[in-house]
Amino acid sequence: MGRDLTCKELVELITGYLEGTLRGRRLRRFESHLAACDGCTRYLAQMEMTMRATGTLTEEQVTDEQRSVLLAAFRDWKAS
Amino acid sequence: MDLVGQLQPAMLRVARMYVSTTAVAEEVVQDAWLGVLRGLHSFEGRSSLRTWIFRILTNIAKTRGQREGRSLPFASLAGDDLDAPAVDPSRFDSPEGSSRGRWSTLPDDWTGIPEERLLGHETLEVIGEAIAGLPPMQAEVIRLRDAFGWTSEEVRNALDLTETNQRVLLHRARAKVRAALERYLSSEAT
Repeated sequence: MGRDLTCKELVELITGYLEGTLRGRRLRRFESHLAACDGCTRYLAQMEMTMRATGTLTEEQVTDEQRSVLLAAFRDWKAS
Repeated sequence: MDLVGQLQPAMLRVARMYVSTTAVAEEVVQDAWLGVLRGLHSFEGRSSLRTWIFRILTNIAKTRGQREGRSLPFASLAGDDLDAPAVDPSRFDSPEGSSRGRWSTLPDDWTGIPEERLLGHETLEVIGEAIAGLPPMQAEVIRLRDAFGWTSEEVRNALDLTETNQRVLLHRARAKVRAALERYLSSEAT
């Protein structure tokens, strides 16, 4: 259990780390590896940048075409 | 109308996961809105409004899917690659070496990438395509969490997922989107 994390293991824990579900001893092992590892520090930064870029994909992807479904729903509701 | 415009496309996609055709999914969404309108007076605000709307939607969609005789194993929505490694194993030193499990070549440093490139139209297109290529539940989790900023609790409630499932789906989705971005950014550099 005292064994250090490998980089290969760390990348699988990153979502738990970012979600805040990694706790206690596992969190400490994660953080001490990260503090000493350039590769994993870069990987974490890449992941955070990926999330940030994804966060800017917003309304553009959201099309208006389905509003007609809603309007139909309102019509039915009024009629009922 | 704003909430509607925001939720409608996601509602259709989620409904479509459980039923056989887009036409049926549209009916499900319509029924869900009717359920929302009828039930609004009883909405107690214990969950967020959008979560509550999605719960109504998911229930109707599941019932409708069952009635259609569609039986959906979790894997068909979640993808069968949930246990796959986040990073290509060849990127790490092989198990034989003394430095096993370490990066054999470090990931690129992206911190110097200019904002207008990282958030540029082409980059976002790459991300959009990567998300579109994910199994439906992975795609929906990353859309709601990272593109629309829902909390993990909201997504769990809306899509009826356990905490672990939500995290695993998000993990796979983010790993694949990051990898797509890495391929794009490194091919552009050369």
